[in-house]
Amino acid sequence: MPVDARVEVDTHCPYCALQCGMVVRDERAEATVAPREFPTNRGGLCQKGWTSASLLNAPGRLTTPLLREHRGAPLRPVGWTEALDYVALRLHELRDRLGPDAVGVFGGGGLTNEKAYLLGKFARVALGTSKIDYNGRFCMSSAAAAGIKAFGIDRGLPFPVADLAAADAILLVGANVAETMPPFMRHVRPAADKGGLIVVDPRRTATAEAASLHLQPAPGTDLALALGMLHAVVADGHVDHQYIAERTTGFDEVWRIAAAWWPQRVERITGVPAADQRAAVALLARARNAYVLTARGTEQHASGVATVSAWINLCLSLGLCGRAGSGFGCLTGQGNGQGGREHGQKADQLPGYRKIDDPAARSHVAGVWGIDAAELPGPGPSAYELLDSLGTANGPKALLVFGSNIVVSAPRAGHIADRLDSLELLVTSDFVLSETAAVADVVFPVTQWAEESGTMTNLEGRILLRGKAITPPVGVRSDLDVLHGLAVRLGQPAERFPVDPETAFAELGRASAGGPADYAGVSYDRLRAGEALHWPVPTADHPGTPRLFLDRFAHPGGLARFQAVDHVGPAEPPDPEFPLHATTGRVLQHYQSGAQTRRVPALMNASPEAFVEVHPDTAQRFDVQDGQWALVESRRGTVRARVRCVTTIRPDTVFLPFHFPGAQRANLLTNPALEPTSRMPEFKVCAVRLGAA
Amino acid sequence: MRITIIGYGMAGARLADNLRGSGASITVIGAEKHPAYNRILLSNVVAGSMTPDDVLLHSPDWPRDNGIDLRLGVAAAEILPAEHRVVLTDGSTVDYDALVLATGSTPWIPPTDGLIEDGVLAPGVVAFRDLDDCRQIVNQAKDFGPVAVLGGGLLGLEAARGLAGRGCAVTVVHPVGHLMERQLDPAGGHVLARVLGAKGIEFRLGQLATKYLPGKGLLLDDGSVVAAGLVVVSAGARPSTELAEAAGLAVDRGVIIDDLLATSAPDVYAIGDCATHPGTVSGLVQPAWEQAAVLARRLTGEDIRYTGTPVVTRLKTRDVDLAAMGEVHVEPHDRDAEVVRLEDPSRGRYTKLVLRDDRVTGAIVLGAPDVAAAVTQLHDRGTPAPADRMALLLGRAMPAGETTDPGTLPASALICRCNTVDKGRLVGAWHAGARSFDALVSTTLAGTGCGGCRDSVCALSRWLAEQDPVTEPEKLGCNAT
Repeated sequence: MPVDARVEVDTHCPYCALQCGMVVRDERAEATVAPREFPTNRGGLCQKGWTSASLLNAPGRLTTPLLREHRGAPLRPVGWTEALDYVALRLHELRDRLGPDAVGVFGGGGLTNEKAYLLGKFARVALGTSKIDYNGRFCMSSAAAAGIKAFGIDRGLPFPVADLAAADAILLVGANVAETMPPFMRHVRPAADKGGLIVVDPRRTATAEAASLHLQPAPGTDLALALGMLHAVVADGHVDHQYIAERTTGFDEVWRIAAAWWPQRVERITGVPAADQRAAVALLARARNAYVLTARGTEQHASGVATVSAWINLCLSLGLCGRAGSGFGCLTGQGNGQGGREHGQKADQLPGYRKIDDPAARSHVAGVWGIDAAELPGPGPSAYELLDSLGTANGPKALLVFGSNIVVSAPRAGHIADRLDSLELLVTSDFVLSETAAVADVVFPVTQWAEESGTMTNLEGRILLRGKAITPPVGVRSDLDVLHGLAVRLGQPAERFPVDPETAFAELGRASAGGPADYAGVSYDRLRAGEALHWPVPTADHPGTPRLFLDRFAHPGGLARFQAVDHVGPAEPPDPEFPLHATTGRVLQHYQSGAQTRRVPALMNASPEAFVEVHPDTAQRFDVQDGQWALVESRRGTVRARVRCVTTIRPDTVFLPFHFPGAQRANLLTNPALEPTSRMPEFKVCAVRLGAA
Repeated sequence: MRITIIGYGMAGARLADNLRGSGASITVIGAEKHPAYNRILLSNVVAGSMTPDDVLLHSPDWPRDNGIDLRLGVAAAEILPAEHRVVLTDGSTVDYDALVLATGSTPWIPPTDGLIEDGVLAPGVVAFRDLDDCRQIVNQAKDFGPVAVLGGGLLGLEAARGLAGRGCAVTVVHPVGHLMERQLDPAGGHVLARVLGAKGIEFRLGQLATKYLPGKGLLLDDGSVVAAGLVVVSAGARPSTELAEAAGLAVDRGVIIDDLLATSAPDVYAIGDCATHPGTVSGLVQPAWEQAAVLARRLTGEDIRYTGTPVVTRLKTRDVDLAAMGEVHVEPHDRDAEVVRLEDPSRGRYTKLVLRDDRVTGAIVLGAPDVAAAVTQLHDRGTPAPADRMALLLGRAMPAGETTDPGTLPASALICRCNTVDKGRLVGAWHAGARSFDALVSTTLAGTGCGGCRDSVCALSRWLAEQDPVTEPEKLGCNAT
């Protein structure tokens, strides 16, 4: 490339589900990024976005496959053919010996739609395994299940994010957007300026600081809070009776439960003053336009689906859902958390957000794939159950990991690392040697974000094209190449696993046609032309669906369904032995397991190590000092973290970010108690004790 | 297993709910004709914010949906513990393997002349106890006539507040010198009277009603008359123990139960208002529900004990926030306890903390909702109270103590969170030549994330310009919002 060549490509940030618009310039062999005007970020970028170009030259970038012949041997560089042949041979052998379910597949919510789609197809068709799930199970699954129960369809935000700017009141539950998706604050600031931003969080986070009302419940008590607020809706005369009669079912049963949760009783469990519960309800009820938005803080619980259902119930009782200018939404976390859960890398799903146990869905997808529906496996175990079973008598003996760093991000991480150790074969696909890649037998070096094209579906269900902006390093191939190479070696016809993203996307469109998440009418050409396409987009001339549910909800009959849910409390309440709640979350400078952001110097300088937020009274009680290292211990493990004394946290709670590896892994503590429906682990609360390191 | 529950009130209904799905065959006997209702919410019905339907605990389909044999409008007439049999008022019998008494309590009517006529309450007199009482109160309050409430306890005050909210002139007559004397000390009671007085309720404290004058009101012991077309009696309740006594069960104030919730008769249990457990104050829903939960688990084979319920009293009116718990009558100069008080009667605020060994053992919190929430959790959990007691009592009234003056901020103060830019970096960038708002933003990226710190960057650039006479203020370009 000539020295002065200057290529500028419109794309989106490699991190969270806001998918901020940016341009990548490949300038004098060094890429730079700059924000551009786009509805989700309105010209803003956080530090992660601004520094994202340095990912492209991250130290330790993998440019050749790595392989070790046996455990204990070092990873050595090998050629692509050798690596692919080796993996295919081992998979063949395992399948012949133990059957197709001897191989598991683990995907990620950061993968493009094309990758997520072909990964699911690869598992079901090339491997024939039912054992595929992905890290979105640890992210969105509770909100997704609750959305489907209430509305018949799950789309994170069933309205464009820009609609929020016209709201008088917004209730943010367990969402620290000021740190996790900073430019999103631009959308909630108008409501904050009108005194209508309410934040529910056990910590007074940067987001809570911007709120006019901060409700600070004990971890694991959000469901009680939602019931108390629903009680206040009724007691204070805010119920939208006409809406409930015309557009919903099931309110009476829900009220019988909420009737037992008067705000003063709820106060005793949550610690949220009864007066504040009422004030929050009044703000929502008196607003012309109001939204309730949930995120991981309220979802990552063993009762996460019920908890989100309770927030939806609140929203429905006020008549907010399915109306232009108001509504309920969930803030998707990972870059493609939305698209990633729609196209078949989930244990129970086929492309288009179809159920894998639905005969019509099976025959449609099998038709597109050119196979007999009977050949498709059934539903498999959920993410944690899959990981927990690795290497056991009935569990997979090999695991292929794409776009996930489970050694850091899975709950009860120490145990999961042991399970990975017990495998006969661990294969990862990554662009750096993540903590999970480091323990793999084979590592495929793959392209990232600006080096490849692909589509993402952002938090508002809008399909975005991330165009290739720069040439990948020599030796690096895309995940689609890896799948293609393995599939062909496993006896699949070459054209069944396209390596060209646009070809894969066209096939995805056909597979999704007629499903809830219908992409059939979306094409790269329409996306290149800048069309704003929110699914469903059933035909090429369909304008997309920015707002769902305006006329009817997606259940037969068109009514939204209240869900009768009651408070149960955390799976592991504090006790004399482990007297504190621990909760986990993110800091602004890091994304997920930190595999990417920990390789960006500016981000590491700003946030270099694990810390534990402790109230000064609690620090005194447990004899730990601000700025010193401490040990945080649960029944499952011990984490080393530097004490940060803050008065913004409840004295009964400590907080740890989960981005750091090794002994600083917050997930060594977390409780894998699973949600009965979504199979979401209880990341957000477990019992711990604290001591000096 | 056949479980029979006598009483379909808060405790009995809860126990039946807790036993659903256990496989036991459940019979519930309810003397009233309608489904169980939530007594806690009756003051909302009096206040008019809920309808009687809103307070029903169960739908009419509840017995059918849950396979429960519900006998409504019939009462238990006799218990035969030896035969494990209950005889009902309609002559039928129910045999049981386990019997649970959840008979609740009955209102106590003070010996004021004329309240009772021919064995029943006189016309114009209503006890505030059940749903029918509420209907009657609401009905009679429609003409906005004056109402007298006999009794300045929790329920009496909730009724008074509800009626005052409906526009009635309400006078509370209370024989003790201050309100809610069980839960409040005199100072707290007086502040509460002042708060409620501002809402249009009048009080006659330390006075007895000697005679009910139908159509006129109540004659008090000082000879004055409280005008009232309706008298609401809320002077306390007595556990309903007649059945238990007749069956020979040990009864003190209520039916005596132990930590297994068992009475003196084999396979007979008691929960809720009709029962007396050592160390538990009766008459409140929290103990009743906890007893129901424990008993349900015991009856399904779990070895679990009930050891008492720490009681927190909350006045459930929308605009008066009062919480009281534990030992509240400890004197400020008690040698064995630490007492902290904050009194601001003109603003309706009174808080009192009683601590022993750093733990909150009693508290009154009036007019400080956020303080009430924090203190209640300390009391319930027995965790040590913060060393700064006064900060705890002040709650959100504490000054934040934060400064926004850019000059006094330390260099390490984070200005732009989104891009990790502190004051030091902005000052450095300024001195390195970025001498305008736009230059500061483009050099440091402050303000390019959520945009929330742009005002702070602006203020900082003004402050820098003031110290730097070379800069022309109009060139700062600082009109960002």
